[in-house]
Amino acid sequence: MPITTSDVSEYLRKVAEVLAENKEYLTELDSAIGDADHGINMDRGFQNVLRKLPAVEDKDIGTILKTAGMALVSSVGGASGPLYGTAFMQAGMAAAGKRELAAEDLLAILEAALKGVLMRGRANLGDKTMVDALTPAIDAMREALENGADLTEALDKATAAAEEGMKATIPLIAKKGRASYLGERSIGHQDPGATSSYLLIRTMAEMAHAKQA
Amino acid sequence: MKKLINKPEDVVKEELEGMALAFPELIKVHFEPNYIYRADAPVKGKVALISGGGSGHEPMHGGFVGMGMLDAACPGEVFTSPTPDQMLEAAKTVNSGAGILYIVKNYTGDVMNFEMAADMARAEGIQVANIIIDDDVAVKDSLYTAGRRGVGTTVLAEKICGAAAEKGYDLKQVAELCRKVNINGRSMGMALTSCTVPAAGKPTFDLAEDEMEIGIGIHGEPGRTRMKLKSADEITEMLALSIIEDEAYTRTVREWDLEREEWVDVEMTDPPFEAGDKVLAFVNSMGGTPLIELFIIYRKLYEICEKKGLTIVRNLIGPYITSLEMQGVSITLLKMDEEMVELWDAPVKTPSMRWGV
Ligand SMILES: Nc1ncnc2c1ncn2[C@@H]1O[C@H](COP(=O)(O)OP(=O)(O)O)[C@@H](O)[C@H]1O
Ligand SMILES: [Mg+2]
Repeated sequence: MPITTSDVSEYLRKVAEVLAENKEYLTELDSAIGDADHGINMDRGFQNVLRKLPAVEDKDIGTILKTAGMALVSSVGGASGPLYGTAFMQAGMAAAGKRELAAEDLLAILEAALKGVLMRGRANLGDKTMVDALTPAIDAMREALENGADLTEALDKATAAAEEGMKATIPLIAKKGRASYLGERSIGHQDPGATSSYLLIRTMAEMAHAKQA
Repeated sequence: MKKLINKPEDVVKEELEGMALAFPELIKVHFEPNYIYRADAPVKGKVALISGGGSGHEPMHGGFVGMGMLDAACPGEVFTSPTPDQMLEAAKTVNSGAGILYIVKNYTGDVMNFEMAADMARAEGIQVANIIIDDDVAVKDSLYTAGRRGVGTTVLAEKICGAAAEKGYDLKQVAELCRKVNINGRSMGMALTSCTVPAAGKPTFDLAEDEMEIGIGIHGEPGRTRMKLKSADEITEMLALSIIEDEAYTRTVREWDLEREEWVDVEMTDPPFEAGDKVLAFVNSMGGTPLIELFIIYRKLYEICEKKGLTIVRNLIGPYITSLEMQGVSITLLKMDEEMVELWDAPVKTPSMRWGV
């Protein structure tokens, strides 16, 4: 079953819900190694996405994702605004004109999104950022699809890898963003951006399951 | 939380409304997106300077908009960088055709939002250069961190480059001057108390009655070390020596190359201070420290500079780049040459810095 435009809109709504639920948790994580605003930032951003969504819901998937990216860029601020904003804008570019997505298309879109994050933030794997959750997730999804998995299975693999990557940020020293100023004091804390990235991936898998049922 | 506010979410909006009412002859305020701009913008033939950052550092940046300094300032939420649409709209409003210089403090969020804003402005045919200010010597390593933070030197760069733009420097010249100010300026700050972000409602960090935090940033980020409180003289010595004895500092920053029209990595080195240097000494309150204490600090700083062979040729003393109500101080020393002294003395007329007019 391909992914449709309304699936994409529903996904954005779900993400807004999940981030609202995790607003305090993400902020708590950010207060340990940052400036205690990641949950607030992400919630503000996706509330803005919800406001912009109705106007483009009948458009193609590329337009919907690009609009979400612009909505994030213009409302989040901080480091995560340009990073997630660029991710969604690049994803939108990769989905330009499309009204349906096969599993392979979704992979290509996620790859474009990650490329956007890397281009904007220039973080390396292991710098204790969202990249540490996104990279293994997309690698796992690619591998699963190459081995013949369907979309739901591939997204389950991606979620598991994202969770592992997120947890693996705990012992790392931060080398990018505000947390890097703490040096060794950043050890022992989970990265807030890696956590929100995990939530974004997990929500995709949950939707795939719901659709299959 | 005890603050003179109405609702935490209205703090920035209501502050801007107040500023607009207080200085109608100097500035105008645009809402959604938020930016403060010169009442007489765009100024014909002049390079326009735009800065911005999180709110909570007042008077920086909005208080520095006006003749001889900034053309526009983009305030974000408290301690959160502004968004690119603010900088883009501000650029469109103040651009006279001579181009825009974005002065950006080195925080990941600020840097990325200004980069996006610059790309968007260029897509609309506006010439934009961006210069990063990274002068906080409390951050030692640039290889394993996002690099030194932008603090006190920002204020000095805005004044000096603002005067240069007023004098007719073109975009490339103003950008070069801004780079020069940045590599010749060094700062270090300390806190006696934390501060409370209105939306958070509680202090950013806990500091015992007999403790202080050395090497703080301007967002209440934890500093380099926490230690038992010392006397004003001892604290001044610690900050001043960290600055004066700081070795050459090299890092790579991403800048827009105006000729090649692409982002390039530029390696830059801050030369260390040497005996015989002329400096501007800037003693800044973090918001809660009164002038009486700043002058006690300045007195000791003067003595230390003299001992080290540095001549203070100009000074700036007061609350200019703050962290809400935090008690604490930062010291900035900027090595000056004749051009910089002349530009420093040039007339300026803004809400919070005004002389020569
Ligand atoms: N250069 C970067 N590349 C990728 N991710 C980054 C980078 N810098 C910071 N991040 C991510 O951003 C998160 C912090 O986001 P947020 O708190 O919203 O912004 P800020 O740090 O400006 O307050 C970090 O946890 C990290 O995952
Ligand atoms: Mg943060």
